[in-house]
Amino acid sequence: MFYIIRRLLLLVVTIALVSIITFAVFQILPGDPVRTMLGTEADETQIESLRNELGLNRPLHEQYVDWIKGLFTGDLGNSIRFSMPVSTLLMERLPVTLSVASMALIIVVLVALPLGIFVAKRQKKFSDVVLSSVTQLGMAIPSFWLGMILILYIGMNVDFFKISGYIPWSESIKGALSTLILPALTIAIPQIAVKFRYVRTSILEQMQLDYVRTIRSKGLPEKIVVYKHILKNALIPILTIFGLITAEVVAGTIIVEQVFALPGIGQLLITSISYRDFPLVQGIVMYITITVVFINFVVDILYSVIDPRIRLR
Amino acid sequence: MRKYAKNINLILGSLILFVFLGMMVVSFFYTPYDVNSMDIPNKLQEPSSKHIFGTDEFGRDIFSRILKGSQTAFIVGALTVTIGVFFGVLIGGIAGYVGGWIDEIFMRFMDALMAFPGIILALMLVAVFGPGIINTSIALGIIAIPSIARVTRSGFVQQKEAEYVTASKLIGVQSYKIMFKHILPNISSQIIVAASIAFAIAMLAEAALSYLGLGVQPPDPSWGRMLKDAQAYLIASPWYTYAPGGAITLLVLGLYLLSNAIRDMMDPRSNS
Repeated sequence: MFYIIRRLLLLVVTIALVSIITFAVFQILPGDPVRTMLGTEADETQIESLRNELGLNRPLHEQYVDWIKGLFTGDLGNSIRFSMPVSTLLMERLPVTLSVASMALIIVVLVALPLGIFVAKRQKKFSDVVLSSVTQLGMAIPSFWLGMILILYIGMNVDFFKISGYIPWSESIKGALSTLILPALTIAIPQIAVKFRYVRTSILEQMQLDYVRTIRSKGLPEKIVVYKHILKNALIPILTIFGLITAEVVAGTIIVEQVFALPGIGQLLITSISYRDFPLVQGIVMYITITVVFINFVVDILYSVIDPRIRLR
Repeated sequence: MRKYAKNINLILGSLILFVFLGMMVVSFFYTPYDVNSMDIPNKLQEPSSKHIFGTDEFGRDIFSRILKGSQTAFIVGALTVTIGVFFGVLIGGIAGYVGGWIDEIFMRFMDALMAFPGIILALMLVAVFGPGIINTSIALGIIAIPSIARVTRSGFVQQKEAEYVTASKLIGVQSYKIMFKHILPNISSQIIVAASIAFAIAMLAEAALSYLGLGVQPPDPSWGRMLKDAQAYLIASPWYTYAPGGAITLLVLGLYLLSNAIRDMMDPRSNS
């Protein structure tokens, strides 16, 4: 219980600091933010009215408190470019990003876990050098280039896939899949290259423990040894690793949406930066970061429930 | 076997790095074609003996632009790491050495910076600072600070109880001298490893920002930006993406291999 409270406190502190940073960064904009947003052709009345609309004439701490309240009530003000509430715009784009990110996560788990077990069982066949080269390559290849390669080699050769744009799930499930699988693969492949080795290490560590020698000497078949005993224990550290992926998958989605012209939150963020639509940028950054921080919190709690030893650290 | 693997990392990593460093040095004096001179009739030509990586949509020689682009990659990488190491060591050093509530405040702030997914923080910062080589480096430098600060802090926390520190204190050496003249050299290896990883991450991030059109801007050549331009011609001229994409991957790979090799050399106990 003490652990959970301490962890909860840390969550609150982190979110508070993240919100202060996100708020403060836009205060240090060189020059007048309203002038920057409207460009050089704006006249004084336009500038004054936008400044009033954004509440920029009030003291900073009042602006911050208002913004934070908006964060929790879902009212983050209006986008300048679209003249629509930031939250409406976000909700419109959310299904695309959520679909890509969750598909990528599923692919990573479905591939990295069996692959890690596979290479762990054949420890002698796959040398460390080869496996770590795969990992290094996965870390080095930029996702946007990998996306283009997948378009060229898979997208162009398999009729099923559409290489750009998005078809909503409500319209056609097959259509949605045809637009989402390649982006999800693009995000998943580098993650798999890095994560399968964690799975392998985790399993190999278990294999050296006494209990494994005992159950082996009892004559249990190797299948049961690996899948029933080792895997159960090895899954604990693996869980944290997969928790940590969320941040990377979300970040990957932001970039990869651009490669496949998917109208998700990433595309919204990038166009809003180009249009200097700062309320929208602030809102997107804040919501994405809170989501990631919260998922990590949940993973930490789950970890401590499964393995109570962690609470003592 | 392990020793052999280490050597491979070291040899391959430094080989790649030296080739790219060589390219960068050469590009200051010589490129086969002028980097910015356009030749529209010869646009989007396939790789040939005249243009080994082909030409882009303005007929510019891609190989020359790759060479020139290495300057951008190294400048952004070096600036980023300089900013990251300077502030990271300062913040981490003070937090670790002084301890107490200063440590708590500094490190919670670093945690908060790390809580942002890297690219999101980078995008937010370039939104504020604007694009360009310098602004991109400042944004990426800020992102590099927390990881360096963490490594430095844990080093300082370990070292500050050591006897040489107690002895220096007793004979009245000033704190800043103990911190930066006595403790810092003892933890430099950890900082070098962290910095070399930060270098690789910075190069990837620069490419990503430039690909999104928010990092390095034309006419400054950037591999990421070249990929953005190449994507418009992806289906008709797929080879256009190979050179910039391959350059980024290879250089970042080299840096990762090298940072692995450095880590193994400096800490013989680590064997991951």
